Amino acid sequence: MDHFTLLLGIVIVTALAFDFTNGFHDTANSMATTISTGALKPMTAVAMAAGLDLVGAFLSVEVAKTISGGIVHEEGIRTEVIFAALVGAILWNLLTWLFSLPSSSSHALFGGLIGAAVMSAGWSAVNGSTVVTKVLLPAAAAPVVAGLGAMLATRVTYAVGRRATGAGSDAGSRAAAGATSKGYRAGQIASAALVALAHGTNDAQKTMGIVTLALVTQGVLAPGSAPPTWVIVAAGLAIACGTYLGGWRIIRTLGRGLTELAPQQGFAAQTSAATAILASSHLGFSLSTTQVCSGAVLGSGLGRKGGVVHWSTATRMLAAWCLTLPAAGLVGAGAEFLTRQGAWGITVTGALLVTGAVVIYALSRREPVDRTNVNAPQTGGDAAATAPRTAAAVTAPPPGGPLPAALSGPAPEPTAGAPFTPADVPSLATVPAPQAEPSKPAAV
Amino acid sequence: MHIDWAALGSVFGVSLMVTVALVGLFALGIAGLSKGESATAQGGTAALAVTGAYACFALCTAAVAYGIWLIVS
Repeated sequence: MDHFTLLLGIVIVTALAFDFTNGFHDTANSMATTISTGALKPMTAVAMAAGLDLVGAFLSVEVAKTISGGIVHEEGIRTEVIFAALVGAILWNLLTWLFSLPSSSSHALFGGLIGAAVMSAGWSAVNGSTVVTKVLLPAAAAPVVAGLGAMLATRVTYAVGRRATGAGSDAGSRAAAGATSKGYRAGQIASAALVALAHGTNDAQKTMGIVTLALVTQGVLAPGSAPPTWVIVAAGLAIACGTYLGGWRIIRTLGRGLTELAPQQGFAAQTSAATAILASSHLGFSLSTTQVCSGAVLGSGLGRKGGVVHWSTATRMLAAWCLTLPAAGLVGAGAEFLTRQGAWGITVTGALLVTGAVVIYALSRREPVDRTNVNAPQTGGDAAATAPRTAAAVTAPPPGGPLPAALSGPAPEPTAGAPFTPADVPSLATVPAPQAEPSKPAAV
Repeated sequence: MHIDWAALGSVFGVSLMVTVALVGLFALGIAGLSKGESATAQGGTAALAVTGAYACFALCTAAVAYGIWLIVS
């Protein structure tokens, strides 16, 4: 391993860090609806998503041969450019997480790569038409495809349900209602599992591709060779750990912030998302998982009569999507500018990345979201005004804690269980999951 | 610039149709099961509804299996 330079080591570590942020950023895609409808307990849900991510990482048969799929001309790309792109992508991922917004990790990576490549070799390094056909157009199509599917599917579930629950005695309809909610829970879990598995095969692959490319660029591997086993294992583990930590902030936005989800809606949304993801990757028109899932949740909110969609949250999400490419690009370009200055530049970039991550984490601690308050209504911003009303008006209270009164009152400290556990610390796994998550107001 | 409208259109059509068909099947299955439960609670049986429900679920399971096969292959 003579070729193993310090730079290569830094790039590999950064790539795995990106993989990690990718994991916790995208837990919401597969599990937000499952958690918010109470089909699975929060920790069970993230554990399942993490396990399936790991399995997916090993299942994938073809590892991405390019990072960008032709968006950037990758011949002769320098390792520093990859590093700068990763810095941009990680910082954008962390920032959107801080603001509780789901945004596409791949778009962040593309953005960082475009910025770094332009800074490194000028605008000619970017394949403009590929950006449109592979990034912008799918980004516009994804929420529409999945949203429309979820909306129609939600209508179907309610139509069929209404027809079925016709005549019958009290005992009969109670039994029927029990069977219905149990059924939709099972369905939701199945479709969420599909999304998680698809995510593992796609996104872990991306990191394997990056690390492999960096190894090839540095002459450690022969061009065109398959990723070594340790790369596959490391990428799979990084994404699974990230997923297991759970980006609770984003889960809350997707599961609660956009609309109040009933099990039928959750099932419709998740099935629509799984179908759209599989159909798109199979038919060669890749859609971003994040955008598909967000669109599906929105669509299922629109599909139910009397459902409330918080358009302010949707608008903020849209703004984040539009900003992803330019923002990650700017950071990537800045990072590339620094790394070009030589070894000290790379050191400074790395230090800035770590500092940025620490600052964002520290800021997130001011309003922590974890498994205990992930199902509480969102506080702050526009959601606060609408949440109590919707909770009182339309939710079937999740099992365990129908406490609409607590939702509108001032937030008391959670009393049950251990002292307040920080959101993203592995040790929370050992704290027994409280039975009545929804009754706990957000501790702010 | 070449935009693959055909691929986009087929993704659109296939996603929409498959989603609605799957969710519809599942909803029918659940309706059948709950009819069965309701009949049992009242001391009767609804064998046809329950059989139909299991047929629906079997189709859904087949679709999920196909989905997994798509992911793996």
